[in-house]
Amino acid sequence: MPNTEANVLIGGEAGQGLVTLSQILTRAIVRQGYYIMVTQSYHSRIRGGHNTYALRISTSPITAPKENVDILVALNKETVQLHSGELSAGGIIVLDEALEIKNESYVSVPFKSLSADKYWNAAAVGVVTEILGLEMTGVEKVAREFFSKHSPEHVDANMESFAAGLDWMKKNDLKFAKLASAELKEPRIMVNGNEAIALGALSIGMKSCFFYPMTPATSISMTICEHAQGMGVVAEQAEDEISAINMAIGASFCGSPSLVPTSGGGFALMAEGLSLAGMTETPVVIVLAQRPGPSTGLPTRTEQGDLEFALHAGHGEFPRAIFAPGSVEECFWLTRKAFETADEFKIPVILMTDQYLADCYNSVKPFAIDQLKTIDVCVPEPIEQPHLTYKITDSGISPRLLPGFSNSCVVAHSSDELVVADSDEHTENGHLTEDLSIRAKMVEKRNRKFTGLKSVVLNPESVGPDAPDLLLVSWGSTKGSVHEVCDNLSNSGVKAAYLHFSQIWPINSDVVSKILNKAKEVVCVESNSTGQFAKLLRRETGFHIEKTILRYDGAPITPQHIMNRLELGTKDV
Amino acid sequence: MFELSDYGDYVTAWCPGCGNHSILKSVKDALFKLQLPPYRVLFVSGIGQAAKAPHYLNANVFNGLHGRSLPVATGAKLSNPNLTVIVESGDGCHYGEGGNHFLAAIRRNVDITIIVHNNQVYGLTKGQASPTSSPGFVTKAQPQGVFNEPFNPVQIAVAMKAGFVARGFSGNEEHLSELIQQGIHHKGLALIDVLQPCVSFNKVNTFGWYKQRCYMLPENYDPTDRNQAMLVADEWGDRIPLGVIYRNDRPAFEQHFPFLESGPAAIRSVDMRALKEIVKSYS
Repeated sequence: MPNTEANVLIGGEAGQGLVTLSQILTRAIVRQGYYIMVTQSYHSRIRGGHNTYALRISTSPITAPKENVDILVALNKETVQLHSGELSAGGIIVLDEALEIKNESYVSVPFKSLSADKYWNAAAVGVVTEILGLEMTGVEKVAREFFSKHSPEHVDANMESFAAGLDWMKKNDLKFAKLASAELKEPRIMVNGNEAIALGALSIGMKSCFFYPMTPATSISMTICEHAQGMGVVAEQAEDEISAINMAIGASFCGSPSLVPTSGGGFALMAEGLSLAGMTETPVVIVLAQRPGPSTGLPTRTEQGDLEFALHAGHGEFPRAIFAPGSVEECFWLTRKAFETADEFKIPVILMTDQYLADCYNSVKPFAIDQLKTIDVCVPEPIEQPHLTYKITDSGISPRLLPGFSNSCVVAHSSDELVVADSDEHTENGHLTEDLSIRAKMVEKRNRKFTGLKSVVLNPESVGPDAPDLLLVSWGSTKGSVHEVCDNLSNSGVKAAYLHFSQIWPINSDVVSKILNKAKEVVCVESNSTGQFAKLLRRETGFHIEKTILRYDGAPITPQHIMNRLELGTKDV
Repeated sequence: MFELSDYGDYVTAWCPGCGNHSILKSVKDALFKLQLPPYRVLFVSGIGQAAKAPHYLNANVFNGLHGRSLPVATGAKLSNPNLTVIVESGDGCHYGEGGNHFLAAIRRNVDITIIVHNNQVYGLTKGQASPTSSPGFVTKAQPQGVFNEPFNPVQIAVAMKAGFVARGFSGNEEHLSELIQQGIHHKGLALIDVLQPCVSFNKVNTFGWYKQRCYMLPENYDPTDRNQAMLVADEWGDRIPLGVIYRNDRPAFEQHFPFLESGPAAIRSVDMRALKEIVKSYS
């Protein structure tokens, strides 16, 4: 019987070619119609350290990573030592015979005799291609594309190594079932969370991105930089995160929808700028890709520890919205939504992900670019003469004019079209004031946006029976794992449901309370040690979720992690 | 044709005799002489008494955070290169809180003009030392006198090959207006450090103190000679040079973005065909 699923873990030191090996396999697997999810785990260093790529491959859709490994590709001894315990029944280990670890279930590959040192990862691609039973010419094509940026001799040497690995594996008998063939119903693309955010931002008409590199957010900016000149986007590495958000605010003030990707430490530096965006009513989108803190913490691991920080960052009171995508696809769509929300309400919007989702590759339907709208900052609005930047309105939103333009983006021609914005409390025309009655009116004006924000809030996704015995509550990147757990529980007869939040602020307490109150038992699942989201829900709804499943060791929450805690009552880590 | 009055005439919150009044006058005069439409000029400022200046002008204004005017101005200019972007704030804002942005802005060389009201003291917070205060300057925060070496903005800018480095004095309005006009005209970052008295909190560097020491660089002074400029920028104390100290023709930052020629971000459409190809490249 062929396998409908396989979990391949490739491990080794940074610099050993893991990325090449994983990317070629991944691309080929996607093109052959399989569903795939790739999660990365790495140390904060350029060379050495222990790094892994986990490729979960399936003939049907998957939403979460898996812990048990079917094929462990070990590029060094450490990988065998660290991960052999994760091997599933019937699982195999592929390793270099030079490592001299002998065991019957090990596939000892004589890499030295197959290829030169430099090209052994191409040989490994060949070996794994044969083990999984992938269509050989397809993998070969991807490998050739992948190496095409190198010199011709280099390409040939790599392709020869690939063939040598494949042939060697063919000649060696292996008791491991190949993958069932998959049917490619529609083409899919392979992107990770960060790339999906970058593409989402480009698709909505982002015109500038300012950043200071920080793991795990960096690849958002790198993806944007790669396409910036072609897409007419100003992508600039700022001197620090304080500068990045202020540049974004300046750019946005002048009509560029702007993005600032960062992680916790950088976001901390941006707190004052966040407040500036709130006061000057300037749209800006911040991506907060979380990693475990406090302080430098674990730079390359995952956590959802910054929820309370994102909710409260910035001095003073001002409205904000916070989205937390639950999948790679949602990274694309919610980035768009974040820009739309920032633009409509003229507020800062935060998009929260984490290292797991940022680096998690998934095969997704290509985004239907043709049908997408972009933000138009030139839509004519009812502008007074002279213009009032902070005109008091029922919605709290003032009609917008861009400096240098008259209404609808014609070049300005009168001093009635001046735009004045101030970080001080200000009058309607934007000039600073210390008049306390105006102050109160401006506070109320800004606060009124909150009512509008609540009316367009993305309600949580509620899946499962109406009055479940068990309701799992989650937010952000843990969606896939919670979803899979619910499916498994339902299949085994448990009346389980889940309630997942992809927008975590504001919250419609009425809607949420009703759902929470109908469940017999409610469990909140989050990647932090204090149950921050459960606390937020209690504050907003009054509902106390007593039971939490938490994880704070830096690894992602997997379905197995949740199941162990539900069924075995193991402790949080 | 714009009249001087088109650039505004407002009652200010500054002390009588403050150098800010003269600087404001020179700024308006420069805008008038250049006949810049007020609605095509954007002033960006930080926090401090100097940072209030744009409120007393007719122009577009973004009055942001202490020390952060340069990043805002950078983002604004890159978003709409058609705007004349002028940054106006004090010595504390630019050389203290915003020091890192000052250095980065010089390196980046975006086409903006920086006017620094430099009175060697903090006025808004009532009299603490600023980065340019002289050693020995006594304040409530530095009761034994300032220990630190002062920051020399002009020399730092010359050392970093800023494109346009000038020093003016609020006591010479016409000359200051001339410097501001040249700075706005310069394609790239222009720094104009303006010496001014603070009548309330700096009893050392008074109008008379500056008046006695400031001298005009001679007609035959060559501001493109960087070695000489370094020496001139180093002069402080008994004699303080005024004028354009250094200039070069480094390309402005904007020139690295060819698409900016097609206009401001607000009217640049998104190339969805190109984006479709980008998405395809992930298959």
